[in-house]
Amino acid sequence: MNIKFKIENLSVYFGKEQFLNSVNLEVEANKILGIIGPSGSGKSTLLGALNRMNELEPYCRTEGTILMDGVDINSSTYNVINLRKKVGIVFAMPVPLPMSIYENVVYGVRLSGVNDKKRLDELVEKSLSEAFLWNEVKDRLNLSGLRISGGQQQRLCLARVLAMEPEAILLDEPSSGLDPISTSKIEDALNQLKEKYTIVLVTNNTKQAARISDNTAYFLLGDMIEVGSTKQIFTAPLKKETDDYITGRFG
Amino acid sequence: MKLVGEKGVQRILMITALSAISSLLLIALFIFSEGLPFIFKYGAGNFLLANEWDPNTGHFGIFPMIMSSVWVTLGAMVVGAPLGIAGAIFLSEYASPIIMKIVKPTIELLAAIPSVVYGFIGVMVLAPVIRNNLGGPGLSLLAGCIILGIMILPTVISISIDSILAVPRSYREGSLALGATTWQTTHMVTIKAARSGIVASIILGLGRAIGETMAVIMVAGNSVNIPNSALDSVRTLTANIALEMSYATGMHREALFATGVILFIIIMILNSIASVAIRNRNAKK
Repeated sequence: MNIKFKIENLSVYFGKEQFLNSVNLEVEANKILGIIGPSGSGKSTLLGALNRMNELEPYCRTEGTILMDGVDINSSTYNVINLRKKVGIVFAMPVPLPMSIYENVVYGVRLSGVNDKKRLDELVEKSLSEAFLWNEVKDRLNLSGLRISGGQQQRLCLARVLAMEPEAILLDEPSSGLDPISTSKIEDALNQLKEKYTIVLVTNNTKQAARISDNTAYFLLGDMIEVGSTKQIFTAPLKKETDDYITGRFG
Repeated sequence: MKLVGEKGVQRILMITALSAISSLLLIALFIFSEGLPFIFKYGAGNFLLANEWDPNTGHFGIFPMIMSSVWVTLGAMVVGAPLGIAGAIFLSEYASPIIMKIVKPTIELLAAIPSVVYGFIGVMVLAPVIRNNLGGPGLSLLAGCIILGIMILPTVISISIDSILAVPRSYREGSLALGATTWQTTHMVTIKAARSGIVASIILGLGRAIGETMAVIMVAGNSVNIPNSALDSVRTLTANIALEMSYATGMHREALFATGVILFIIIMILNSIASVAIRNRNAKK
């Protein structure tokens, strides 16, 4: 078993409020880890710690260590810009940048200094194909990214992360605002992508976690209650809280 | 029993709103009715393009004043726009919210300082510095540009900040999450998205600069000539009207009104461009 992230005693505070309470969690490489739990349980905060987007909030404090391939990415000496290039995120609300589809995909790559037109063209086709979007937009790559449908925008946001050729992909409820067809396209894409990437999928939809994640972790009020193989979590959870949540008896 | 019904309130508010518009219309009507006949009588070409302005001999060419106004305004933009935009970027993207809360109202307070005070500082401080270090009379095009550049800062900064802050936060997050630095995000995403608002802020600043009178009269020197260098004394269109209005009669008086017509048209054009730019910003999501 190859561990990508080893999270140890991770606590996150925004101001005086604590959003994660000393979480310990291992994320396997080339697997999909589904994270489920009611809202306010710290799922998104965990993702925000993995690529340090939490730091954009003033008054955010993160304690503990997050080892990525054995290196502590939470250390102040770790270059956060490089981290975000290696650990991409897709947000709940699909928001392409206000530029063309093509430019959206190559945005991050250009910033890294790649300007070779041929290389960029290849990347655009490859990333959009991996995100199951290429066939729908290949004839209108110069259209504004804001002019395509919500489901397409979300896959565009996935494609722009893929173009960076990251090591891990974080998804924060990527299909919360999408129709079932778009959702299944995203899920198909993720199933293929785990061959190459480590994926952490936060979802409010327990069925989605059951469908596509290899492992599942249950969070409640900032605590990691239980983690295990998806099969075990959904058929024989060890903790009563987990059972209550997945069977819908929660709250 | 209600004193004024719903209909009554509506009517009163409408009259108030109309009175603002009608005063604008009246002013426009007055200026045009006084100034336009002169332009037709004297000839638009002679009026706009001739170099000689000598009311005593019946010469009313305002070309030097037009050029002076243009140069002063462009100079004010060169001074004010980079400072203002850079300040707006710093305050909206880099400064902590507390600094923003203190500095932005302070900058807006700059707009409340009477222009005569700016002019006074220009005469007492700026003009001697220019005279002693660069030569010339001190009261000059350069002094006008610097003073006006400072005077347009509040306009440029506060409208720019508003349009930068109107850029959705998710654009910034999307960019930063792809490993962009704050500066890369600012110039590749935020500024581009806020571009039309920033352009509008500059144009409104230009409108303010070209219409400014008191400060310019005090610092620009007011001799009628086409400036050859930044150190020359110049007279703007606004200064021309203000300086001669009190004693002008007959043709001379009509020529000054005609100058007002020209100013009015320039400012209307600038403001229209600005409002189109602002509308574009709102239309684009």
